[in-house]
Amino acid sequence: MNMIRLEKRPSPSKFWAGITPVLAVIATMIAGGIMFWFLGKDPVEAIRTIFWDPLFHETFGPYSRPQLLVKAAPLILIAIGLSLGFRAGIWNIGAEGQYIMGAIVGAGVGLAFYPSDSVLIFPLMVIAGGFGGWAWAMIPGFLKVRFGTNEILVSLMLVYVAESWLASAAQGLLRNPDGQGFPGSRNLARDYPAASNLEIISGTGMHWGVVAAFIAVIFAYVLLSRHMLGFQVRLTGEAPRAARFSGVKPARLILFCLGTSGALAGMAGLFEVSGPAGQISIDFNSGYGFTAIIVAFLGRLNPIGILLAGLLMALTYIGGELAQLMLGLPGAAIQLFQGMLLFFLLAMDVLSNYRIRLGKPEAL
Amino acid sequence: MDLTQINPVLLIASLMVAATPILLAAIGEMVVEKSGVLNLGVEGMMIVGAVVGFAIGVNSGSPALGFIGAAIGGAALSLVFGLLTQYLLSNQVATGLGLTLFGLGLSALIGKPYEGMKSPVLGKLDIPVLSDIPVIGPIFFNHDPMVYVSLLLIGAVWYILKFTRAGLVLRAVGENHEAAHALGYKVIRVRLMAIMFGGACAGLGGAYISLVRVPQWVEGMTAGAGWIALAIVVFASWRPWRILLGAYLFGGVTVLQLNLQAAGLAIPVEYLSMSPYLITIVVLVIISARGQHGAPGSLGRIFHASS
Repeated sequence: MNMIRLEKRPSPSKFWAGITPVLAVIATMIAGGIMFWFLGKDPVEAIRTIFWDPLFHETFGPYSRPQLLVKAAPLILIAIGLSLGFRAGIWNIGAEGQYIMGAIVGAGVGLAFYPSDSVLIFPLMVIAGGFGGWAWAMIPGFLKVRFGTNEILVSLMLVYVAESWLASAAQGLLRNPDGQGFPGSRNLARDYPAASNLEIISGTGMHWGVVAAFIAVIFAYVLLSRHMLGFQVRLTGEAPRAARFSGVKPARLILFCLGTSGALAGMAGLFEVSGPAGQISIDFNSGYGFTAIIVAFLGRLNPIGILLAGLLMALTYIGGELAQLMLGLPGAAIQLFQGMLLFFLLAMDVLSNYRIRLGKPEAL
Repeated sequence: MDLTQINPVLLIASLMVAATPILLAAIGEMVVEKSGVLNLGVEGMMIVGAVVGFAIGVNSGSPALGFIGAAIGGAALSLVFGLLTQYLLSNQVATGLGLTLFGLGLSALIGKPYEGMKSPVLGKLDIPVLSDIPVIGPIFFNHDPMVYVSLLLIGAVWYILKFTRAGLVLRAVGENHEAAHALGYKVIRVRLMAIMFGGACAGLGGAYISLVRVPQWVEGMTAGAGWIALAIVVFASWRPWRILLGAYLFGGVTVLQLNLQAAGLAIPVEYLSMSPYLITIVVLVIISARGQHGAPGSLGRIFHASS
């Protein structure tokens, strides 16, 4: 027999579940440092540029600190939605598509009223954005419930469909009529005050999407710890058979999880397009829908964990841009770095689910 | 619009070329799933295969070496997935997704210096006599060697799964890993080999895109081909010959919409380019509406031998 054995714990260890994300971050820094060294950069300087300088550097800090919230908000908002489904074994991996569709529908509603100055425009856009994402997520939801179609594949295929819609909207339906024929919509953030998602407190990066992300964290926390539906989500993930016997309706749960994650992703898209991105353009989306999957796992599918993970992941984005600027580190290295983080985390999960035993097993 | 520009013979011939990357990736993934493992990292392994194959092809001037390198690259990446899921017992869905995200980043990093370069040309096998037959010749007997390799692979997988002992063990492990373990089969070893075979196939499929189909390196160039390969495995109900059918159907849709774009059909380009994905969804719905036949019993379940 092997010298090292794994022994399943009766229930996952709370201690290890809490400590593994920290260990995974440290392991990623070490492995990432080695990667940066291979790329011909000073590893210590690269890690410092990514994790320290955006927050504490005298010159860059004031510029990058607000960016932290701007980048973290969509990641947290999307990841909170995804985590509900992931807990219940419902895999929505097409958040990127729901994010795009939310942005298109929300911006479309806003642009339809141009140049109105009503205060109702922006709330209406947020609702429309949420609806766009919800409707896009309902496609895999409905197909799963009605026909048992795999939601992983359908939601992902719809990302590519959404990207085509985005290209079409940017060049056709939503194109700026005063834009001399260039693709891209009117700039919501600059030229359309009633539809713009501006900073609430200037200099902090705090926009309405950040507020929504915080609300989502609290909402998810209460749902999971205090509410029947949250209990059913957890039960379905941990013991699907027991869940069925205790009267959980799988169809309802699937539609709830996919719908919520779609709506949150759609709102995230709307906040992005009306604020930081400014306009519907062919490539306004920057892969937040996929990175949010890493955020959800890094946060252990736990609302508070996701809040922290979102901030950390935002830091790697900002620090990555800084490292690109200062050290000429390729942008893809950061993407790789984020992927590594997920791998280390999954690898270390074994510690919370199993005990490691050395030596030969005792005879039974 | 001028539909007469579309030449049916060339259409079928180019359909086979368009289908080959997906065919290669799908047959590999089918073997992985037959062993009871769901690897959602096909897209990541394909894109890494694409960039490794292209880089080696350009540097050595030999597309054949590029393909070999791509297969090794894909298998190496899949080994990461294998170690995580088989020894560290991680969740297969999450690990597969991670593999895709990781592969996209890794390929972008490796591929940066190769953007805008041309790959060496993989010559066509001009099979004498046969390729001169009108209609049939250009359709079947005038392709590059990889098209035939992919077809041979389908046949080989079908034969091995159906008629050999190794195939029987693989299927046993996939259907019921506890029973297979009790019979003394090395579940984890079998699965690791299947995973690496899947990775090598995905790598070949990716390299076919960057070395033959496009032939250039563009970041993110697989554009969902790996996911479509996963869908085709479901469509095929885990049967090799149906993989061939599914991949060629999909290749047909892709080539047809490209031809329609070129012919200047009145439908905007965006709607045509989303059509392959929409048709994949429709096909998935039809298959699932009939009930899932043939999914291996232990698919996606974690195997942990407690004794």
